[in-house]
Amino acid sequence: MPFQKTTLPNGLQVIGELDDQAHSVAFGFFVRAGSRDEPPELAGVSHFLEHMIFKGTERRDALAVNRELDRVGAKHNAQTSEEDTIYYLACLPEYQERAFDILSDILRPSLREEDFETEKQVILEEIQMYQDDSMSVAYEEAKSLHFGPHALGRSVLGTEQSVGGLAVDQMRAYFQRYYGPSNMTLAIAGNTRWDDVVRLAETHCGNWFGDSGVRSAVPTSGTRKFEARLRAEDMQETLVGVADAPPVESDDRYPAGLLATILGDHTGSRLYWALIDPGHADGADVSYQAYGQAGSYFSFLSCDPENAQSNLARFADECRLLQADGPTPAELEQAKNKVMARSVLRNERTLYRLMSLGYHWSHRREYLSQEDELRVIAAITLDDVRRVLDRYPLWPQTLFTLGPNTNLTPPR
Amino acid sequence: MPTPERHQHIFPNGLVLLAEHMPAVKSAAFSLLLPAGAIYDPTEGLGTSGLLSEWMIRGAGSRNSRELIDDLDNLGVSHRVSSQTVHLGISAATLGRNLIPALRILADVARRPHLPDDEFDSVRALALQGLRSLEDDPGSKIMVELRRRHFREPWGRHTLGTAEGVANLTPDSVREFHRMLVHPAGAILAAAGEIDWSELREVVETLFGGGKSAGSEPLPAGGAGPSRDHILKETQQVQIGIAFPLVPLPHPDSYHARAASAILGGFSSARLFTEVREKRGLCYTVSSGYESYRDRAALICHAGTSTDRAQQTLDVMLSEIRRLADDGVEPEELETMRAGLKSSWIMQQESSLSRSGQLAADWYYLNRIRSLAEISAALDALAPDSVSAFCQKLDLDQMTILTLGPTALEFPA
Repeated sequence: MPFQKTTLPNGLQVIGELDDQAHSVAFGFFVRAGSRDEPPELAGVSHFLEHMIFKGTERRDALAVNRELDRVGAKHNAQTSEEDTIYYLACLPEYQERAFDILSDILRPSLREEDFETEKQVILEEIQMYQDDSMSVAYEEAKSLHFGPHALGRSVLGTEQSVGGLAVDQMRAYFQRYYGPSNMTLAIAGNTRWDDVVRLAETHCGNWFGDSGVRSAVPTSGTRKFEARLRAEDMQETLVGVADAPPVESDDRYPAGLLATILGDHTGSRLYWALIDPGHADGADVSYQAYGQAGSYFSFLSCDPENAQSNLARFADECRLLQADGPTPAELEQAKNKVMARSVLRNERTLYRLMSLGYHWSHRREYLSQEDELRVIAAITLDDVRRVLDRYPLWPQTLFTLGPNTNLTPPR
Repeated sequence: MPTPERHQHIFPNGLVLLAEHMPAVKSAAFSLLLPAGAIYDPTEGLGTSGLLSEWMIRGAGSRNSRELIDDLDNLGVSHRVSSQTVHLGISAATLGRNLIPALRILADVARRPHLPDDEFDSVRALALQGLRSLEDDPGSKIMVELRRRHFREPWGRHTLGTAEGVANLTPDSVREFHRMLVHPAGAILAAAGEIDWSELREVVETLFGGGKSAGSEPLPAGGAGPSRDHILKETQQVQIGIAFPLVPLPHPDSYHARAASAILGGFSSARLFTEVREKRGLCYTVSSGYESYRDRAALICHAGTSTDRAQQTLDVMLSEIRRLADDGVEPEELETMRAGLKSSWIMQQESSLSRSGQLAADWYYLNRIRSLAEISAALDALAPDSVSAFCQKLDLDQMTILTLGPTALEFPA
């Protein structure tokens, strides 16, 4: 699968991994603008802007954007994180010209005031929706408790106050600052020709301009605080733990990913055997999240409120045990086999290939073929895992609990 | 692009084996549908099938619980054993070379689970916690309760059952359910991806052959309703669920039903999204979908919105449903629906797991596998007039409306 790259004169980086056996072609714009770039008074502007991108351009109103994307059968969406905002679609190769015309056009939006006010209501509804979901609330609060005043601690969605107070001019200025071509990557995966890609990029994006944004990614680590918050109406107690982990810049992120699998994969992990198999909790998952100059292991537990204290102790025991002794050789091999097989399965989808390609380039200016990634995972040793455990201990952690039981104390 | 090869075989005991070789992938997947879903739960033991699906993976054949999970993990098998409304499903995806070993382990799970007494309490504790977690998730709760009210018993059942039902279960009652219902007769096994048909067929014969052919028990049709209801809950948002009958998938008009459903709420320029969210900004989530069993189906709509905008959201949703029935569809909408469905169908070829699931579903509904050419031709044959005429016959009098939240809404008569 040949990898290709070029940079347009205006600074837009274009990368592609082509595969003439694929059934579809996928395009994505990866913009380095996320919630960590927002000052507190603009909290939520990155995500709000992601919605506004679909509200129309000089050539298309909002309804035309949706209609035309659907008309070419495109599977399209967008997502905003702490780190970046991504706009992507997959379509059949025969539709690539029309699909790319729309996707590139909407990246130069009109940001009309009337649309802004209507969409603000949608965002406020989205914020309310997540407030009805205990796991989402606990995740946001745990992140905030862990990172304290650091920008990574703020919600990607913003708050009802911050979003409610945003003015369209503030969004336009933010767009101007962060959506310049040199602050984004255009990635392409699947069944297309590189000549076509370059021609499309030059034709549709060659005249883009704008600033490249300035990110201050100050290294940070977590507070390891504890809070038990009341949510009397819940039937289950939700527990979220956060521990520091390697940042996206570090090669330690692969061992960290394996550690998260060993500790808290949804099946066959240490937490599975300690909490799910005996029926102590109906949810126990650990995921590894890498940011610029920071990283976290997030652990999510859901259980009967009466068992929250004993499950906190079990969770702490499992973290400390893995920290002290590391995984067994068999456990490491098992985790590798699992992670590598899942990687093969996911990468068969063009859209997933696009996300992986764009992510690596956007964050690390690096191309990693699927074979290379599998080789990197296969080569990880127990020493690598030990090194990561020593640099980023699994315990103590920041702990946040939400539910009817507030009579909880941090485990010893 | 090379075309996939398809195969099918029916064993003397009634097991149907389907396979599709996908030349572009290195993975392989299978979906096994066993007719042992929630509709077969005993009335006093609602939740039997759901609990069984969790208990079955606690050791099977020569492996105990831990060996079973370890062996699947070492083979890199992503697997799922789950109860659905009609079926108890076992599915797995892995590298092509590991498909047969995965199938051997999961055949034990289906046919020779240990169902150990000492794991029963933990499995029941999980089932009860699952029910409590559902109470904390209003977006899922509304759909579960809508189906319960709209489909006649037992078709509206939820796989988790009820707290009373789960409390009534005993190890013996669940074992008896497994003995009676989980067998190859009446089951569908579909594999897709990098597979070798002759090897697969031989192995499946060894693993699932034997036993007699048996038809599934006819199900008693019970009541449904109420057709208008509100569940009081102190939430931020009001959840709205609407359901009305459609023809089921085996019906000759099912492509009309699919078109009507997609045009109402199946994509981002569909009517519900456009009228409720894009034009009025009333909510974040609004969608509709076509849910079909072999002999009954419904169009199900969902929205979640804040209390002060909920009535308007409900009113706009209902008026869009009414407009679909009264005024039919536009040619442009039909073209959009066609492009979307055809693209989805082709992109499904990028996932062995999706394909195996689709093969099994095709057989359940139609007793055959549809080709892309057949689906394309059926979609191309749809005309605005015929779809509009279909929409005029929608049975909106049989509509169920359910809301969940702090305040009740006004329902139409």
